[in-house]
Amino acid sequence: MEPVIKLENFHKTYRNGAMEVKAVRGVSLEIRPGEFVAIMGSSGSGKSTMMNTIGCLDRPTDGRYLLDGVDVGRLNRDQLADLRNQKLGFVFQGFNLLSRTTALENVELPMLYSRPSIPTREQYKRAMDALGLVGLAERADHHPNQLSGGQQQRVAIARALVNQPKVLLADEPTGNLDTRTSIEVMGVFQSLNEQGITIVMVTHELDIASYARRKIVMRDGLIRSDEPVTRRLQAPEEIAKLEAEQRAIQLH
Amino acid sequence: MFSVFKIALRAIRRNIMRSMLTMLGIIVGISAVIVGVSMGTGAKAEVDKQIASMGQNLIIVFSGSSGRGGTRGGFGSTPNLTLGDYEAVRREVAGVSGVSPEVRGSAQVVAGNQNANVGYYGVSADYAEIRSWKFTSGDNFTEADVRNAAKVCLIGKTTSDLLFGEGNDPVGQIVRIKNAPFTIVGLLSPKGANSFGSDQDDVILLPYTSAMKRLSGDTMFRSFNIQAQSAAMLADVQTNLTELLRQRHRIPEGAESDFAMRTQQEFGEFANSTNEIMTVIISAFAGISLVVGGIGIMNIMLVSVTERTREIGIRLAVGARGRDVMRQFLTEAVLLSVLGGLLGIATGCWLAPLLTKFAGFPTLISQGSVILAFSVSALIGVVFGFFPALKAANLDPIDALRYE
Repeated sequence: MEPVIKLENFHKTYRNGAMEVKAVRGVSLEIRPGEFVAIMGSSGSGKSTMMNTIGCLDRPTDGRYLLDGVDVGRLNRDQLADLRNQKLGFVFQGFNLLSRTTALENVELPMLYSRPSIPTREQYKRAMDALGLVGLAERADHHPNQLSGGQQQRVAIARALVNQPKVLLADEPTGNLDTRTSIEVMGVFQSLNEQGITIVMVTHELDIASYARRKIVMRDGLIRSDEPVTRRLQAPEEIAKLEAEQRAIQLH
Repeated sequence: MFSVFKIALRAIRRNIMRSMLTMLGIIVGISAVIVGVSMGTGAKAEVDKQIASMGQNLIIVFSGSSGRGGTRGGFGSTPNLTLGDYEAVRREVAGVSGVSPEVRGSAQVVAGNQNANVGYYGVSADYAEIRSWKFTSGDNFTEADVRNAAKVCLIGKTTSDLLFGEGNDPVGQIVRIKNAPFTIVGLLSPKGANSFGSDQDDVILLPYTSAMKRLSGDTMFRSFNIQAQSAAMLADVQTNLTELLRQRHRIPEGAESDFAMRTQQEFGEFANSTNEIMTVIISAFAGISLVVGGIGIMNIMLVSVTERTREIGIRLAVGARGRDVMRQFLTEAVLLSVLGGLLGIATGCWLAPLLTKFAGFPTLISQGSVILAFSVSALIGVVFGFFPALKAANLDPIDALRYE
């Protein structure tokens, strides 16, 4: 199968005044449809830069990035926006929901910018379907501040999925969540991945990376290791374990 | 498009207090535009009415120099238009439908036990027609009356009310002007004040022959009133008149005429020029207020863009193009200014009649001024909303998402 994401000798250099910061220094990487990849690394390792480039929010300084066969480096701002709209879904650490709009409207947001435009009725249907997929259909009219952190992140996932993207990109998706909610979100990711959705996730937590199928570790702008996850965690089992532990503490 | 509008409306409602304060500048400016323009059109309508009351296609020839530069006597200060001139004009100028000479004086007028100081005009039988005087009662004096220097006169409403009591018909009554008895043959319909504010109805008209012989002893006229047959002929009549009178007065080529000529339109222009100055001043204030209001909108929109940087980042990340973000903020700015404009129009429409009621200014709100005000407010939104919207559209999505 053709890779959906293909980086060829990818470089990214930031110029900060007279200082040149080489964030990524020549990375080649292929991600195929249906993969669930975790990118790990400490801060300054270049993983966020990688993520921004894969997410078409930025362009490579050198080398090539092909998303679904399209050379991203050659695209202008508007074409990048269209690519993000059609082929990518974002999940952020801070949820990044619009605070004064309902869950439903948040999920509908990407469809406002779809070209050709999507009829209002169709937008509603697709947004409700996406909310149903993350188990929040009955919370459609809630505002983000009426939802728990885990629920907010699930709304964000629904938003990321609503335009049926090629890749779901998650930047520290569990960074603001407690252990149990983190595992729940990983559960959502795993089940989406079972359904064939490609996921690329940046995290610095080793146990969160263990829910993925493939683990890439970055250091100083280069890939240090790239290997399948050997002892893969399954969200339902982990939740069961967690509940058992909690019960044990209470019994004590 | 609808959703863009909804988002903008929601953003405005979210900070309703701030939005109202922002709109205030526009409200003040637009209401000033409405009031200012309504004062201008109101005053102009008034002047036009007064000018129309003078008659139609009217040319007035004044004796005396035109008084350009230096101190010379004003028009008519030294009467030098002769009976011969008058007759020549009647005879020789084509395209004229009526001519009347004019001598003026004022005299104590007595009727019964009432008396008043009244200005009288000695005129021809054409005068009433030329100046569009209608008769409430009775009729004009005749050519024969003029030939015979008959002791007849026409009386204005104000004078009649003064001498004979309000509403009484004076026709057939006798007034004594400088002790000479004159029979009133016609009561003139009222015209109101002229464009310079004096009462046109406080007047007595009588044949110029009677006035010259029996009252003033004048031998020269101070002015001629001439009516052209149509507006198109005004210029020709003016040229012919000038030529004829210069010839008769033996004025050499290149020298200044010893008479002056004004058309009715020129009177209107003169009266309107004062109104125009007032309109310009009010427009200037309105303009300043609108610019200040526009800057207020720009300021608030810049604050709004900064506050909502993260929101912009999210929208860009999910695939909004720069122009989508631009449209959103531009819509918001235009909505702010248009709402301000509508409130301003409402305020102006409310203020203008109050101004007429309490300060006596004639005002007239035209459809055109409302459309103008509305368009101006929309334009302000576009102009002053453009820079903040551009700033929002050009944000880098990564920076915007990281913005705290």
